[in-house]
Amino acid sequence: MSELPRPDVRLNERGHRCPMPVVAVARAAKEAASGTVIAVACTDPGAASDIPAWCDMRGVDFLGSQPEADGAVTYLVRTR
Amino acid sequence: MSLPQPPAGFLDAASGQPLNPAAREAWMAAADAGWADPVRLYREGRRAALLAEAAQEAVASRIGARPDEVLLVADGCLPTVIESWLRHTPGHLVCSAVEHSSVLAEADRLAARGGRAEIIGVDRVGRVDGTAYEEALPGAGLAVLQAANHEVGTRQPIAAMAQAAEAAGVPLLVDTSVTLGREAVPEDWSLLLGRAATWGGPPGVAVVAVRRHLHAPPLELPRAGLPAALAAARGLEWAEEHRVAESSRARVLTDRIREAIPPAVPDVALLGSDDRVDYLTALSCLFVDGEALVLGLDREGYAISSGSSCVSDLRRPSHVLMAMGALTQGNVRVSLPFGVSDATVEGFIETFPRVVREVRAMLHVDDLTTEPPDE
Repeated sequence: MSELPRPDVRLNERGHRCPMPVVAVARAAKEAASGTVIAVACTDPGAASDIPAWCDMRGVDFLGSQPEADGAVTYLVRTR
Repeated sequence: MSLPQPPAGFLDAASGQPLNPAAREAWMAAADAGWADPVRLYREGRRAALLAEAAQEAVASRIGARPDEVLLVADGCLPTVIESWLRHTPGHLVCSAVEHSSVLAEADRLAARGGRAEIIGVDRVGRVDGTAYEEALPGAGLAVLQAANHEVGTRQPIAAMAQAAEAAGVPLLVDTSVTLGREAVPEDWSLLLGRAATWGGPPGVAVVAVRRHLHAPPLELPRAGLPAALAAARGLEWAEEHRVAESSRARVLTDRIREAIPPAVPDVALLGSDDRVDYLTALSCLFVDGEALVLGLDREGYAISSGSSCVSDLRRPSHVLMAMGALTQGNVRVSLPFGVSDATVEGFIETFPRVVREVRAMLHVDDLTTEPPDE
C-alpha cells in the first residue's frame, strides 16, 4: 500500500506477544486527540487479525498495513 | 444405557470426551474376545475377524454406506487420504481456509511438489464462500470441506457444495470430525471422515468411508486395533441413538452462554453464527492473554480450549480465527460432552467474567475496557 498517511505517533511492539500490541495501541489511542494517526510495528502474527478487530469494536479507522524490512508489520489506525 | 457423567467443569468435548457406555462395554468385550490377529485362520483369528466385520457393518449402517466402503483407521490420516487420492487422480485440490490444519499443511506440501491447491476464503462467521468454492471445482481431483468448523462450530453448506461437486464431476471429501455422532450425517459425500473421540468413542480412531463407484485408489491407512474399532462402532450406535435429545439440550446451553456472557464481560466478541453445531460455541475477549485465561479457568475447575497464539502448539493464533478476521486474543472454545450437567454450564457462566476481570487486572487494562455493565 502506497497511500498510507504519515503517522503522528509511532509504537514499537516488536517482540511483544498478544494481547500487548493491541493494549499498546488502545492506550495510545485513549490519550490521543481525535484524528491522530497511530502506527504500530508488530512481530506478533495475531496482530493482523486483532488490530482490525479492535478497530471494529472501538469505531477506530483501520488504515492498512505494510511490511517492514526486518520482518515486522506496521499497522496504521486513525482515532475518531 | 444411561448417559455418561463427564467430570464437572469439563467443557472441551471437541478435543475428546469420556467413553460413552456402549463404547466402554464394547472395548472390554473386544479385549477379551478380539485380541487375536484377524487375518489368521484359526478359531481365535476368525472370531476377531467377525468382530471387525461387525464393527464395519455397524458404522456403515449409521453413515449410509456399504460395509465394504468403510475403514476403521488410526486418527490423523486425513492428509494421507488426500495425498494418496491426488497421487492417483489428476487435478488440483479444493478446500476452505478453515479446514483442519493438517489439511492445509497437506495443501502446502502439494504445492511444494508442483501441484495446485485452491484454498477458498470464509466470511466473518467462518462460512466458506460458496461461489468461489464452486468456481474452483472444474478440473479438480478432490474437494475437501468440513461439515462444521472445529473452532467456532459454523456449519458449512455441504448439500450445496456436494451438488456443485457432483455437477463438476469432482469427488467431495466431507470432514465430519466435529459432527459425526453429534449431528445428522450429511447425505451427499464421496468420501467421509469422522473421529471417534467426538462421539465418546476411543481417542485415536477415525472412520474413513469411500464410495465404491469411485474406484478409489488403494488407501494404505493404518488400521485401528480391534478393541478400539469395535468400541468406536458401538459408541457411534449409542451416539446416534442419543444425539438428537442431547443436541437440543446442548443448544439451549450454548445459546445461554452466548446470551449471558456479553452483558457480564465488557469487550467480548461472540464468534461464528447461529447456524452452528449445537454443542459448540466460541468467543474472544479483548485485552486478554489466552494462556492466563485457560489457566485461570482451570484453577476454577473449568476445562476449555483456546485458539489464542500463546496456547496453540505453534505459538501462532488459530488459522481459523485469522481467516475469519476475528479477534484471536482471549479466545475460548466451549464444547459440551454428552451428559454435561446444567450446573457445569451455569457455573462456567458465573465464573468466566471473574476470571476475565482477574486477567485484565494483571495486565493493567481496566481503564481501557468499555464501561463495566451494571451488576
